[in-house]
Amino acid sequence: MSDVLAVAEQRDGVLRKVSSEVVTGARRLADALAVRVDALVVAASPVQGADQLGGFGADKVITLTNPAFGRYAPEGYARVIADRARAGGYRAVLFAASAGGRDLAPRVAARLGVALAQDITDLAFEGGAVTVIHPVYAGKALLKLKLTATPAVVSLRPNVFTPVQRPKAGTAETVPVEAAAGRVVVTGTKAAAGALDVAEASIVISGGRGLKEPANFKVLEALAAAFGGRAAVGASRAVVDAGWRPHADQVGQTGKTVSPTLYIAVGISGAIQHLAGMRTSKVIVAINKDKDAPIFKVADYGVVGDLFEVVPRLTEEIKKLHG
Amino acid sequence: MKIAVCVKRVPDSETRVKIASDGKSLDETGVKFILNPYDEFAVEEALRRKEQAGSGEVVVVSLGPAAAQETIRTALAMGADRGVLLEADRVPVDGLEVAKALAAELKNGGYDLILFGKMAIDDYNHQVGPMVAELLDLPCVTAVAHLDIAGQRGTAEREIEGGVETVEFPLPAVLTTDKGLNEPRYPALKGIMAAKKKPLELKRAALGAGGLEVLGLTPPPQRKDGKVVGEGPAAVPELLRLLREEAKVL
Ligand SMILES: Cc1cc2nc3c(=O)[nH]c(=O)nc-3n(C[C@H](O)[C@H](O)[C@H](O)COP(=O)(O)OP(=O)(O)OC[C@H]3O[C@@H](n4cnc5c(N)ncnc54)[C@H](O)[C@@H]3O)c2cc1C
Repeated sequence: MSDVLAVAEQRDGVLRKVSSEVVTGARRLADALAVRVDALVVAASPVQGADQLGGFGADKVITLTNPAFGRYAPEGYARVIADRARAGGYRAVLFAASAGGRDLAPRVAARLGVALAQDITDLAFEGGAVTVIHPVYAGKALLKLKLTATPAVVSLRPNVFTPVQRPKAGTAETVPVEAAAGRVVVTGTKAAAGALDVAEASIVISGGRGLKEPANFKVLEALAAAFGGRAAVGASRAVVDAGWRPHADQVGQTGKTVSPTLYIAVGISGAIQHLAGMRTSKVIVAINKDKDAPIFKVADYGVVGDLFEVVPRLTEEIKKLHG
Repeated sequence: MKIAVCVKRVPDSETRVKIASDGKSLDETGVKFILNPYDEFAVEEALRRKEQAGSGEVVVVSLGPAAAQETIRTALAMGADRGVLLEADRVPVDGLEVAKALAAELKNGGYDLILFGKMAIDDYNHQVGPMVAELLDLPCVTAVAHLDIAGQRGTAEREIEGGVETVEFPLPAVLTTDKGLNEPRYPALKGIMAAKKKPLELKRAALGAGGLEVLGLTPPPQRKDGKVVGEGPAAVPELLRLLREEAKVL
């Protein structure tokens, strides 16, 4: 056996969207290797939606259950995943480069004694090895790496690997596992008000200092609402530092890296540290009153103008489109 | 409180990236190097914890080229007590190799806390801290944005998608720090002067070959030349048409 293991992610017993992306990436690698994909879910009990992973290319969905795994348990999760990876003799182990995955993948790689390529945007099997692309230097360069150890452990940047549905459904099995009490215990999670995270939304509308004051963000929230639940509102560091928006919404080098289908930068100049967080977006739109703003250099489509006139008009038109 | 802070020398984020003639690395001519911004949160936190405890030691450890002594001096100027440089011509691309060398250095240090930045702004690796924790079998919390410590127990908060996770852990522990944890102090002139006299030990880093091979470093694909659709709200219908028909994202 040298199959590919895709580690899925759940929260509160519900499978998270990145899981289908990880399985899609795993399927791509497995097709190149002509091997199978096992999707792995770690949870307290069978998870809602886990069976759907078959539809993204998992030949088998394995759920490892333990009552202690209702919340993320870093040490317990790392141990059971590493044990499974070893027992299954996998060629590659894939995680999501989400907040959880970025925490978990290094623990698992260290336990397996192998290298980890974190936050990758592409992967392939070439010349007998797994190769990956990993953006470095604030996205100003792409590092191509070959993973020489087995298993190749990688984490996939969210929103980059577009989930591909397939007709085939996989099999499923649930395996209760033992887990010693961990030293590190997650005692609670507080959900933020916005609910949809900028790192996960397929549309991100970010506002910068051009919004002038915190209350004006309602202009962007109205636009986000017009997209009907698919859009999240992000922010530049300037407005986060000013206390207008929470740090959780910050896009950029010292905030989140996002790769939505559509990124709309409103009243943002386009500093290099901001670009670091959004330049892998599929389509970038910039709305700025300064025609020389650097954001126009990376934007696919730009509108030069006062955001307070342009955005409400855009909201109106989007509403028509959806209405 | 005995605290180790692991820091990295990284190119300033304003750096224009020029790829070296080997096609695999950064051309460092003219590049300004700084203390990794996320590590500043770790240094600051260590200093505050020591100040609160009223006694202790903050040891700064870096793995890097000889020039990383300057990076360590920056942390010493902020107030750390002494430094250790594990000298290596290049920082390995494989974070596990870095972690092994650091773990060997930290192993018998008797530290209550070992702090890291949550990631380095050059390689975006997010991994050396938790790997060191695994190698030393210490509890670890990553991307800590809020921290309380009472006696031998800590409570941390970390950002997750759409929320905040509260995590409890015993000391000694490894933590990696995120923005929001504190406001790092600027080294004062007095600190800069004092830093010059603080002990800085040089050792050769013991590094293995690692499991990652660099095949190439390339500029990101040029985004297709963008176009200015128009000016003011009148441009909106055309923008929507392009998003629908050309970009096909609506
Ligand atoms: C170490 C480091 C890390 C950093 N990390 C980040 C990060 O993670 N994320 C980040 O965003 N930044 C980051 N920065 C800061 C970054 O350098 C910029 O300062 C910041 O992005 C600027 O934010 P802004 O675009 O909102 O503001 P500004 O640069 O002030 O731009 C405001 C823009 O709004 C436009 N505008 C004003 N009024 C209107 C109007 N009525 N209609 C339309 N347009 C208007 C202006 O033309 C201007 O282009 C970092 C900096 C450093 C040094």
